[in-house]
Amino acid sequence: MLHDSDRIFTNLYGQHDWRLAGARARGDWDGTAEILLRGRETIIDEMKASGLRGRGGAGFPTGMKWSFMPKVSDGRPSYLVINADESEPGTCKDRDIMRHDPHKLVEGALIASFAMGAHACYIYIRGEYYNEALNLQAAIDEAYEAGLIGTNACGSGWDFELYLHRGAGAYICGEETALLESLEGKKGMPRLKPPFPAAVGLYGCPTTVNNVETIAVAPAILRRGAAWFSALGRPKNAGTKVFCISGHVNRPCNVEEELGIPLRELIDKYAGGVRGGWDNLLAVIPGGSSVPLMPKATCDTVLMDFDSLRDVKSGLGTAAVIVMDKSTDVIRAVARLAKFYKHESCGQCTPCREGTGWMMRVMNRLVEGRAEVAEIDMLEQVTRQIEGHTICALGDAAAWPIQGLIRHFRPVIEERISAYRAGPRVVTPVNLPLAAE
Amino acid sequence: MSVLHPGAFSADNVGDGSTAAHNRMEPTHFAFDAESEAEIGRIIARYPQGKQASAVLPLLYLVQDQMRRHTASGWVPRVAMDAVAARLRMPPIRVYEVATFYLMFNTTPVGKYHLQLCTTTPCWLRGSDDVVAACRKVTGIKGWHETSEDGLFTMSEVECLGGCVNAPILQIDNDFYEDMDGPLTERLLESLKRGEAPPQPGSMIGRMTSAPEGGPNTLLTVTE
Repeated sequence: MLHDSDRIFTNLYGQHDWRLAGARARGDWDGTAEILLRGRETIIDEMKASGLRGRGGAGFPTGMKWSFMPKVSDGRPSYLVINADESEPGTCKDRDIMRHDPHKLVEGALIASFAMGAHACYIYIRGEYYNEALNLQAAIDEAYEAGLIGTNACGSGWDFELYLHRGAGAYICGEETALLESLEGKKGMPRLKPPFPAAVGLYGCPTTVNNVETIAVAPAILRRGAAWFSALGRPKNAGTKVFCISGHVNRPCNVEEELGIPLRELIDKYAGGVRGGWDNLLAVIPGGSSVPLMPKATCDTVLMDFDSLRDVKSGLGTAAVIVMDKSTDVIRAVARLAKFYKHESCGQCTPCREGTGWMMRVMNRLVEGRAEVAEIDMLEQVTRQIEGHTICALGDAAAWPIQGLIRHFRPVIEERISAYRAGPRVVTPVNLPLAAE
Repeated sequence: MSVLHPGAFSADNVGDGSTAAHNRMEPTHFAFDAESEAEIGRIIARYPQGKQASAVLPLLYLVQDQMRRHTASGWVPRVAMDAVAARLRMPPIRVYEVATFYLMFNTTPVGKYHLQLCTTTPCWLRGSDDVVAACRKVTGIKGWHETSEDGLFTMSEVECLGGCVNAPILQIDNDFYEDMDGPLTERLLESLKRGEAPPQPGSMIGRMTSAPEGGPNTLLTVTE
């Protein structure tokens, strides 16, 4: 079990003062100028050595990402953009960081921007986080006031401007290039890659997009050392992580723990266990709605980190653990996710625009059982036609939950179809497919 | 809107806008007021020279807030989109497509309180159906994005609000009301109907933010 002394987010629940005075008392902004004085290369090397992998879902090594930024400017400015568009169903970790520990993010923004040669950083926060944006803006204002950011930040000689930008309710803007489009004042439609943002990003300039949690843990890593961070967790899955435990548990909560903690321990120790006991567990979605669910048998032993979850054909994603007990209509649970992706598809790529609506309509029929058994395979095949055939990963994200459902709960779907056939034949209105919804 | 089967989800998130009683006319004119004007320069200064289009989302928020101040209904009429386009030197179509792409801009009038109900899986697992039913019962609203007869409430279905460990969540205007259930929702809306001010946002069962019910089981040794 992680000791409190190794926890980074010591005000996760807002039990203490989130403003500058409180943040300083918890160790933020301590020796920031000295960290900057180590120089860009040293900071990036330390981040690489820490083994930190991005906390936004993809798990890309952070130090390596930072190293992709140009060392010498060709005349264009460089930007850091922080992805605070937390919208992955099940996920609410960045919310706590921004409302309760905002100075960790502001300090991290300065350090990361310096390490990448960026004099300006934008934080793109989802529009619904209105009150969180107020706290974060207050923290930014305090940091300017205290000379921690702005001209000659922390007395380091580095000039640094930090801006908060509110989104307006579009899940797709969590995709990094859609986020950049949105920040430029356009619809959030993802860009083709390459060119990657490190070459052509915001306003056509070199840009790195990092998740809130990734940036907010950087100061602690640089202060306490890469060796401290990499000793936590498991090899290639280093450090601590904020987990969000929602759904059918006795006490849903956020908690910071080591990567690699067994799922069962995480749920039992922190969330009061599964409602009705562990044996009442049906399935868990371990990393936000985009990753395939896992049946109980897998949950019994799986460890919560990038590689362990990949090995069981799921993923750590955002570490948002959605628990479903045996009372759950699992087909309906996944059908609701299908509706989510249909609603959030930006409409740019045909397989996703048409496919998400098609999958949702089939899933809605499967909820009733109003389908042919052969349609289960057809649905599975269609998910394969969408997966990997779109500009961004939303198509994949829409396909995977359904693939997971079919992989693990095919008998439940078949049973539903049989029950519908055996049941009293009521005249049901036909849900006519619409060409363009 | 298509006919719904029990257990099926509607494909439509947006209805025809408003009820007859509140089918307010599209205004013929929109100008930023002094309060909005004071913000505009500050907002545009956040973005590099020539990149003022970046300010389109913040300016649309300004419009919506100003409309709420003046008409008690926070929405973005088309004439206001034109005003934003003129101010940012953008073609109007670019503003229209942004205003309609992002869910948080209301392109038709809304009631005094905009009830935004999350029904995505994490909220649904914790009983968002009961919250929806309670809202329908108190407001008399049947569909989505419709406004109650008294003009007090508009009900919208929204996707994951990002507060899933405090599910289910009812967002009223800018505030999250968390750990809701049917009776709590009824009581909250009844109090608004009586003209009382909305309560403090956050957990409605007295939880400390995202900590487990009953209090944190970590960070007990952290002091300042």
